[in-house]
Amino acid sequence: MNVVLVNYGAGNIKSLQFALERLGVTGILSSAATEIQEADKVIFPGVGEASSALSKLKESGLDVVLPKLKQPVLGICLGMQLMCTHTEEGNTPGLGIFDVAVKRFDNDLKVPQMGWNTVLETKSPLFDNLDAESYMYSVHSYYAGLCKDTIAQTNYGIAYSCALQKDNFYGVQFHPEKSSKAGSQLLSNFLALTT
Amino acid sequence: MLTKRIIPCLDIKDGRTVKGVNFVNLRDAGDPVELARQYAKQNADELVFLDISATEQKRKTLADLVRKVAQAIDIPFTVGGGISSVEDVAILLQNGADKVSINSAAVKRPELINDLAAQFGSQCIVVAMDAKQIDKQWKVHLVGGKIPTEIDLFDWAKEVADRGAGEILFTSMDHDGTKAGFANQALARISEEVNIPIIASGGAGNTQHFVDAFTQGKADAALAASIFHFGEVDLPDLKQKLKQQQIAVRI
Repeated sequence: MNVVLVNYGAGNIKSLQFALERLGVTGILSSAATEIQEADKVIFPGVGEASSALSKLKESGLDVVLPKLKQPVLGICLGMQLMCTHTEEGNTPGLGIFDVAVKRFDNDLKVPQMGWNTVLETKSPLFDNLDAESYMYSVHSYYAGLCKDTIAQTNYGIAYSCALQKDNFYGVQFHPEKSSKAGSQLLSNFLALTT
Repeated sequence: MLTKRIIPCLDIKDGRTVKGVNFVNLRDAGDPVELARQYAKQNADELVFLDISATEQKRKTLADLVRKVAQAIDIPFTVGGGISSVEDVAILLQNGADKVSINSAAVKRPELINDLAAQFGSQCIVVAMDAKQIDKQWKVHLVGGKIPTEIDLFDWAKEVADRGAGEILFTSMDHDGTKAGFANQALARISEEVNIPIIASGGAGNTQHFVDAFTQGKADAALAASIFHFGEVDLPDLKQKLKQQQIAVRI
């Protein structure tokens, strides 16, 4: 299987590559439009700051390429947030794939949310063979609210979308590559998707 | 619900674990990778690797180790010890570390925190602080706690949060090694004054100490080394007991 990780200078991609390796899959880093378009699966990672990440995407024209992809695409963390309509981080417009805006946590809880939290109300093959309430590891200060594209939610002061899906596009706020067996199962489920 | 994190800490010298480790079923207790794998299997929530070697080869050995650990385990880990520049951090993150921990370098040059947060994001910048009470005032200490400063612990905690630290790792030198419990009053006060997660360190001896750190100390995570390495506290057993006491943990 040809799995491409979108390379736009985002942080810690090694962990994701190692997680795929543990599943017997090589994740190829690429910023080339054709290589991304021809992949069986595309993973859009992201650790860092939204506005500078979007600038880098635009430099390589990937902001136009990504929303038109037809194969299964998985955005992770900032990758997922950039697939939304807008994020408050750096007042940055998103790719507009998921119909929801990203806001900063605004309550008495500590920011960033850092650690393992429960994934609830799952409704997608992405969560096949996972416990009803599995724990996933997240680190983030911004969140996407609940919307029609929500396929799983988590509570941190409020309920937010920890996973989104629209057509062939999937996004998760947590880091499956760092979420032990549950995360590995989710990655494996993504790799098994056919559309 | 966000769970409280339990974090075993491994001291590393020249690529090997330093303190004696007494783990059954471990072929090589001096191998940090194997030890890390064992803790991950036991549902540790994160790991911290503290490099205490001081050789010229250090940076390369550490980077190699970080890469091997990242390949082997699927939980987050933090690397600390002698990190003093943006370049140091870049190498560790590129090799698969999730977070880095800075300590003395941040005290000497606080702008380093701003630089690192801007470059890599707050989420991967942990500021470690060692402190002890001198005339009932908590004072920050440097170089593994050897050199006292005039810096007030709580002022420093606020400053590092303002500068963009994503997390604070607070070690009470008054409690470290005593196995008599964490510095819960100081922990609670840090939690009241800053709005980023706090890792409690120093003093863990039994299960109740962890309960107290989370309830009285309001800590978000608790770190310990020898009690886990020597099997005095069994990690899965600890988590079960925390759960029985209504503390949210990942089982």
